[in-house]
Amino acid sequence: MSIKAPRKGENYELSVDLNSEYREKRKDAIKRVIASMTVGKDVSGLFPDVLKNMQTDDLEQKKLVYLYLMNYAKTQPELVILAVNTFVKDSDDPNPLVRALAIRTMGVLRAEKIIDYLCDPLQKCLRDENPYVRKTAALCVAKLYDLKPELVIDNGFLEQLHEMIADSNPMVVANTVAALTDIHIAASSQSSISSNDPALFPISSSILTKLLIALNECSEWGRVAILNALARYVAKDDKESEHICERVVPQFQHVNGSVVLAAVKVIMIHMRGVRREDLIKQLVRKMAPPLVTLLSSPPEVQWVALRNINLLLQKRPDILSNEMRVFFCKYNDPLYVKVEKLDIMVRLAGENNVDALLSELKEYASEVDVDFVRKSIKAIGQTAIKIDAAAERCVHVLLDLIDTRVSYVVQEAVVVMKDIFRKYPSTYEGIIPTLCANLDELDEPEAKASLIWIIGEYANKIDNADELLGIFVDTFTEESYPVQLQTLTAVVKLFLKKPDSSQGIVQRILNTATKDCDSPDVRDRAYIYWRLLSTDPGAAKAVVLAQRPPISIPRTTVAPALLEELLGEVSSLASVYHKPEETFVGKGRVGAESLQRRTDAPDDRFSTQKALQTVAAGQQAENLLDFDDAPAVEGRPSGLAATEVLSHTPAAANLLAGTSSNPLDDLVSIFGAPATPAPPSANSHDIFGGLGVNSAFSSVGTGSLGSPAVQSPSVAVPPLQKNQQPEDDLLGLF
Amino acid sequence: MISVSSFYISLLLFLIYLQAFFIFNQKGEVLISRLYRTDFKRSIADVFRIQVVSNSDVRSPIITLGSTSFFHVRVNNLYVVAVTKTNANAALVFEFCYRFINICKSYFGKMDEESIKNNFVVVYELVDEINDFGYPQNSEIDTLKTYITTESVVSATQAPEVSSRITAQATGATSWRRSGDDVKYKKNEAFVDVVEVVNWMGSAKGTTLRADVDGHIQMRAYLSGTPECKFGLNDKLVIDRGAVGTSGPSSGLADRGGGDAVELDDCQFHQCVRLNDFDADRSISFIPPDGEFELMRYRATSNIKLPLKVIPTVTEIGTTKVSYDITLKTTFSAKLSATNVVVRIPTPLNTTDVDVGILGTGKAKYVPAENVIVWKIARLQGGQECSLSAMAQLTSTTTRQVWARPPIDVDFQVLMFTASGLIVRFLKVFEKSNYHSIKWVRYLTKANGGYQVRDSLIKDVHMCIDRIAHFS
Repeated sequence: MSIKAPRKGENYELSVDLNSEYREKRKDAIKRVIASMTVGKDVSGLFPDVLKNMQTDDLEQKKLVYLYLMNYAKTQPELVILAVNTFVKDSDDPNPLVRALAIRTMGVLRAEKIIDYLCDPLQKCLRDENPYVRKTAALCVAKLYDLKPELVIDNGFLEQLHEMIADSNPMVVANTVAALTDIHIAASSQSSISSNDPALFPISSSILTKLLIALNECSEWGRVAILNALARYVAKDDKESEHICERVVPQFQHVNGSVVLAAVKVIMIHMRGVRREDLIKQLVRKMAPPLVTLLSSPPEVQWVALRNINLLLQKRPDILSNEMRVFFCKYNDPLYVKVEKLDIMVRLAGENNVDALLSELKEYASEVDVDFVRKSIKAIGQTAIKIDAAAERCVHVLLDLIDTRVSYVVQEAVVVMKDIFRKYPSTYEGIIPTLCANLDELDEPEAKASLIWIIGEYANKIDNADELLGIFVDTFTEESYPVQLQTLTAVVKLFLKKPDSSQGIVQRILNTATKDCDSPDVRDRAYIYWRLLSTDPGAAKAVVLAQRPPISIPRTTVAPALLEELLGEVSSLASVYHKPEETFVGKGRVGAESLQRRTDAPDDRFSTQKALQTVAAGQQAENLLDFDDAPAVEGRPSGLAATEVLSHTPAAANLLAGTSSNPLDDLVSIFGAPATPAPPSANSHDIFGGLGVNSAFSSVGTGSLGSPAVQSPSVAVPPLQKNQQPEDDLLGLF
Repeated sequence: MISVSSFYISLLLFLIYLQAFFIFNQKGEVLISRLYRTDFKRSIADVFRIQVVSNSDVRSPIITLGSTSFFHVRVNNLYVVAVTKTNANAALVFEFCYRFINICKSYFGKMDEESIKNNFVVVYELVDEINDFGYPQNSEIDTLKTYITTESVVSATQAPEVSSRITAQATGATSWRRSGDDVKYKKNEAFVDVVEVVNWMGSAKGTTLRADVDGHIQMRAYLSGTPECKFGLNDKLVIDRGAVGTSGPSSGLADRGGGDAVELDDCQFHQCVRLNDFDADRSISFIPPDGEFELMRYRATSNIKLPLKVIPTVTEIGTTKVSYDITLKTTFSAKLSATNVVVRIPTPLNTTDVDVGILGTGKAKYVPAENVIVWKIARLQGGQECSLSAMAQLTSTTTRQVWARPPIDVDFQVLMFTASGLIVRFLKVFEKSNYHSIKWVRYLTKANGGYQVRDSLIKDVHMCIDRIAHFS
């Protein structure tokens, strides 16, 4: 009790002041009540006292009381009824601001009792002569639907809203569209909805005409609402698509970035229906400048724009082909902006601008933020792999960076170098001494593993390869598993290339790996090698030293089907995250039912299957890319692994947690149903026999994938970077 | 063609904007909280406090936890936060947050904890007026000020007809302007300010890595009635078009030819400008709001005239000294001058002291707290040149310190100069009463933290090779 006393005292004081005979004192008390409410104190006990101050000529005071009501109406439903009279009276006030205020507030009180009294005033306000009242009433219908849909339908409010699309006032039109769309979304998330439910808001061609007229007249936010509605319209033919595009294009010049992006969205959607090549060209050309201008916005808007530009470039790489310079990072850009710019710069890199890009990247590599520096160095590697002609220049830049001897710079450069060796075999052997000179600097597993891979790969050209690998063999048990796996493979490569001088080292490592190592993956791999070497050295050679498929930078980071979907949602959270919304929206209004609905549509089924195939292919391609030795050994598990993920991972759980980064999961989530792609036909091959290594490979590589394996677009991370990881999983299956 | 219909359904689920709106102070205390939808509990504020305010390593302006997404913008010591559980329109949410910040700045002169606390009643009024049920409403500052004020005297006595007029303005086709007869001025004047922010990034060798101009045209219109304005620039596309056609009424300007024309990469307009007209023939016509507003923004990247040239030479002498020679040259005519020139030259982190000498004008000193040499020149006449030489003493450190080598930054203003070469050709005002109006034009080019040259610290790195692999 003693703890409660002071709070009671405070509320008591307020209650006295709320009942004061002086107007100013009462008003001041209300302000204090609102202040307490804001900081989270419970002032619901003052409900009756505050309510007494509702009837007033002072509009400000009225707003304050309403604010209080909105907050506590839900917890005090019996008392709210006392306010009804004033609300109804206010909704008839000669002052339109008061009328609008009353109807706006009533809609959000969310108390059952008051709703029944809302319908009559709302009816009146929807027909009010004042547009300000009408636009407020329009949104109120959406509020009511959210609370009690049947009231909206029974009272014919929907029909009234449909009439209001033709309102003379553009703001009313915009809010009407917003309200109808809101209701449409709420209704379509119900599972039991039929296609002719009145709550649905299909855009007909007559509505289209009205929207196009209102578009040019209404406020910026209204334009966004209207553009969103236009995005949903399904054009009848290419003429109509063209017409919409032509009418929307002027919005690119709007000062508000969200209007520009909404216009981009509409254009991207309706451009699919445009057949005139010259118009498409013109639209794409007109799209570039406003996108670049968005980079002068505040950083947060810039970031949203950059994420969307990244998506747009995956679909239309030509949009900004001459604009790479505008993406150069400014020293004081926030990190999230810089990282995004980096990615886009690599996308825009070509032979004509690669020099400028490289000198930029080199500059970034000397900044302080470790994360950004590493990403910059990665970008150099990606550039080297993307542009053959520039590879040598990239290597020189990397060498300069290695010269700085800053630990993380050197390590990242080594990792990147490995990818370059992978892409251009036997081209840059000259720099191996420089890399090896930094052997002592390396303390990160990935960098170590990369260097070891390089040594193993070029073991026959490095005189003291056994000595260098010996360092790692000595510390074998202390190293992390990826390094152990890589050391193991590199030593076996060394042995196969120089059998005379490395008998001892290979014996030693196989012993250590099979006896003293606690990772089953490492042990298993050692056993496999051991058996291979003892039974058939020829087969071992074919497996361990096999030709590797070339690598390239994926042109897209999301599956084609997902890309199309995301482009239809430009500027939304989904397009920012490059993920379908189910991965972060959760159960709320758009939940499992809506997923189900999606799969029901017959059109979708086709794309579902197609998308799943692509993803399955991508998944396999990713695995194919990842192994850096013994392709046949992994050729088989890659198919199995894909199946494995599908049957064992509860994809939905992953999605709701929003943690999945696996492109496969994303896709599964779109279609909601579990699916099992056919395992590739590699199963029948005897992997240890050394037979058909190549044929097994080619069947995985081209036959069952249906797409050139390496360039498969659905690889989420440039695959080269995670060299070892999948391998662990795969070998674990044995 | 399948694509259109198969993505139809996914689009439906995307419209709701923001569902809740908060302002937090630096400690994570809630100053303003407004829940537009009921999907949230108040405790959502605690989540934000824990995940963002007290997290020192926030690397994205949007954070999604579970199914709830927080959009935040930091301004001074405040967080402006919008929360949603939907696939919201991210660009719109941020634009809205910034609009709100601008409104607050315009109402209270600044936006910080104090001004929000002192005016929280008005803030709530604003938050409710500019957003209803999560959908942004009219947010034109000029209009809002007619019915939401910091003094609480208006409303009680406000006659219904006044309110009618306000509401008509807040929703009208020209929501940015009061209706015709309300606006009366004795002297009809319009002031046009062309303000260009020039961004330049120079390499150590003096070459330009990128140069561009972010321009905006600010207008103050004190014009009676409902004036119809036409605005003309030396826009290359317009001039070229004029040159091709017969020399019509604008022949007075035609003789200037295309040489002076400026190529604009892109322009954006205030909502009063008729975008369709601009799209059709690049004419800029509009009915202006009353008072001050930003008429347009533009961007130019070609033929940028850089008003100042910076030539840095930075040399490392041994390991304990760095010498700086920085020369500033003006490129504009002697009639003009650059004012408030501030050059900031970063020094290594282990600098102990700097000796500075100046040739020409200005004052320079070393600011140890920020590790920079600050060189200030109040006025630099066109054609003038001045230079600074400095020697930084370094402590000898054994550990290799990572120093980001920030660029040398130059700040300045040049009046009556545009880096893009943009010129206002005309501003015509038509009004039914046919009054005479006076127009004024000013130009200003300035740097805004984006006029930088990367220094070329000549590094002295010895390679120590411990172990060299031998090649066969």
